[in-house]
Amino acid sequence: MQRYILRRLFMLIPVLLGISVVVFGFIHLIPGDPVLIILGDEYTEETAQQLRHVLGLDRPIHVQYFAWVGRVLRGDLGRGIFPFSGMKTGGSGYPVMVQIRAKLPTTVLLTVGAMVIAVTIALPLGVITAVRKDSFLDSIIRTISVLGVSMPVFWQGLLLIFLFAINLHWFPSGGSIRDMGLKVMVLPWIALGVSQAALVTRMTRSTMLEVLGEDYIRTARAKGLKEAVVYYRHALRNALVPVVTVVGLQFGRLLGGAVLTETVFNLPGLGRLLVQSVYRRDYPVIQGCVLVIAFFFVFANLLVDILYALLDPRVSLE
Amino acid sequence: MHELRLMWRTLSSNYATLLGIIIIVAMFAVAVFAPQLVPYEYDEMIIKDKLTGPSGAHFLGTDQFGRDILARIAYGARISLIVGLGGTALAMAAGVLLGAIAGYLGGWWDEILMRVLDVWMAFPYIVLAIVLAWVIGPGLQNLVLVIGIIRTPQFARITRGSVLTIKEMEFVEAAKSLGQRSLLILWRHILPNCISPIIVYASLCVATAISAEAALGFLGLGIQPPTPSWGMMLAEGQRYMFDAPWIPIFPGIAISLTILGYNLLGDGLRDALDPRMRRQLQ
Repeated sequence: MQRYILRRLFMLIPVLLGISVVVFGFIHLIPGDPVLIILGDEYTEETAQQLRHVLGLDRPIHVQYFAWVGRVLRGDLGRGIFPFSGMKTGGSGYPVMVQIRAKLPTTVLLTVGAMVIAVTIALPLGVITAVRKDSFLDSIIRTISVLGVSMPVFWQGLLLIFLFAINLHWFPSGGSIRDMGLKVMVLPWIALGVSQAALVTRMTRSTMLEVLGEDYIRTARAKGLKEAVVYYRHALRNALVPVVTVVGLQFGRLLGGAVLTETVFNLPGLGRLLVQSVYRRDYPVIQGCVLVIAFFFVFANLLVDILYALLDPRVSLE
Repeated sequence: MHELRLMWRTLSSNYATLLGIIIIVAMFAVAVFAPQLVPYEYDEMIIKDKLTGPSGAHFLGTDQFGRDILARIAYGARISLIVGLGGTALAMAAGVLLGAIAGYLGGWWDEILMRVLDVWMAFPYIVLAIVLAWVIGPGLQNLVLVIGIIRTPQFARITRGSVLTIKEMEFVEAAKSLGQRSLLILWRHILPNCISPIIVYASLCVATAISAEAALGFLGLGIQPPTPSWGMMLAEGQRYMFDAPWIPIFPGIAISLTILGYNLLGDGLRDALDPRMRRQLQ
C-alpha cells in the first residue's frame, strides 16, 4: 500500500509540471500583444513598459517560467493588475494569494455541501432503483435522474431563484455568508448537489445491477440471508467501490459547476473571482485561480485513487 | 446489415431512446427551417411589443428589446447544434487519432500521451473552456475549436483503451503474420472494432458540448450579440426573472430539452451496442 501511494505521488510530479507549463503559457497564447490587450484605451509606452516589467514579459521566456515557478513554490502568485475596487493601477493590485485565500472558503463550503447533498440523495435512490428494477418507482427515479443530468446547473439555479427566492421568499437569491449567514448557501447547494446527485444515482444503479448479478449474491441468498443483509452487507459494499471513484472524479465537475453556481447566485467564491478576472483581463489572478483549481482537482483525484486502493486491495497489488 | 437491423431493433424497443431521437430530429427541423417556421428575424426589434408575454402574435413572448423569443430560440438552435456537433466531430477526429497511435504503438508514445492527457484533464472542463474562450476569442469557429480541445482527451482515452484490447486479438495477429502494414491493420481491422464506445461517447459528448456552449454564452464568453445564443438569452433574462420570467425560462427549456435528447440517445446506443442486450434480443 505504501509503495502504491509513493508511486502515485511520483507520477504526480510530471502532471504538476505540465499544469504549471500550461498555466504559465496562457498569457503567451493570446493573439497579439497581451499588454496592449490588457491596457486597452489606457495604453501608453510608459504604462506598457511598466506593465511588461511587472508581468516579467521583458525577460526571455524560460527565465520568466523558472522565476514564476520559484515564486509559486514560495506561495507567491504575484499581484493582480486590479485591486478589489477594480481600478487599474499599473500592477499594484492586491496579492493574488490574498484574493484567493479570501474567496476559497466559500467555494470549498459550496462544493463540500453540494457533494454531501448529492451522496445523501443518490446512494439510497441508486440502491432502490437497482433493487426494484423495471418497476414504476424505478422509471420515475430514472426519469428524474436523466432530467437532472440534462438541466445545466445555471438553469437549475435560476429556477430555484425564481421559485424559492422571488415567489416564496424562503431563501435569498444570493450574497455573501458574512452578510446573510448560511441560508444564502441553501439554494446553491441544492442546485449544484441535485445535478451531481442525478449522475451518482445513475452510476450507483448501474454498479448495483452488475453486483446483484454476481455469483456470490446468489450464494448469499441460497444461504437464506435476509434481502436487506444481501443488499447492504454484500452488494452495496462492492458496488460502492466504483461509485467512490465516480464521486471523487465528479469533484472536477463540481469545481466547474461551482464557477457557474457562484455566478448565478453572486457568491464571492473562487469561481466568480476567475470569471470577473477574465472580464477584466487580470491575467495574474486568472493564472492563480486556474492553478489552484487544477491542483485541488489533481490532489482530489489522488485521494480518490488511494481510497479506491483501500476499498479494493486488488488495485494496489496490480 | 444484420448488425444494423439488430441495433435498430434495440434502439426502437426503448421508448426513452425513441423520445431522444424525436427531440433531436425536432431540434434539427427547427434549426434548418427557422426562417419558414417563425415570421420574425432573430434581431428584429419591435419596441412597442417589448416585454410582452406569450400571445398569438409572439408565441413565446418578447424580450427587453421587443425581439421575438421563439425566433431567437429557433435561430439559436443553429448555433447550439453547430457548436455541439462540430466540436464533437473535431474532438473525435483528434482524440481517435491520438488514442489509436498511443494504444497501437505503446511504449514511450503511450507514456507521453497518457501524461499529456493527465495534464489536459487536470483542468475542470468549464474552467478550461472559460480560459480558452478568453485566449482564443469569441466567434462561432473559435467556440467549435474550444469545445473540440476540451473534449479530445476523453476520446483519446476511450480509443486507447479499446485499441489496447483489440490489438491483442488473434485476427490482428493473423493480419500481422500476413505482412500487412501497421497503418492498414489499425485502419482496417482495429479501429472498426473500437467504434462502439466511441459512438456512445460521441452522443453524450454532443450533450455536454451544447451545455458548455450555453455556459460560455451565459458567462458572456461565447457567441456575441446580435447572434442569438441560448446561454446568453438566459443571462440577459436573469434580471427579468420577476417581471418577465418567459425571457429566461423558454431558452432554459430549449437547452435542457436538446441535452436530454442527446443523453437519451447516448443511453440507448450504449444499450444497443452492449453484447448482452443484443444476445437477449437475438
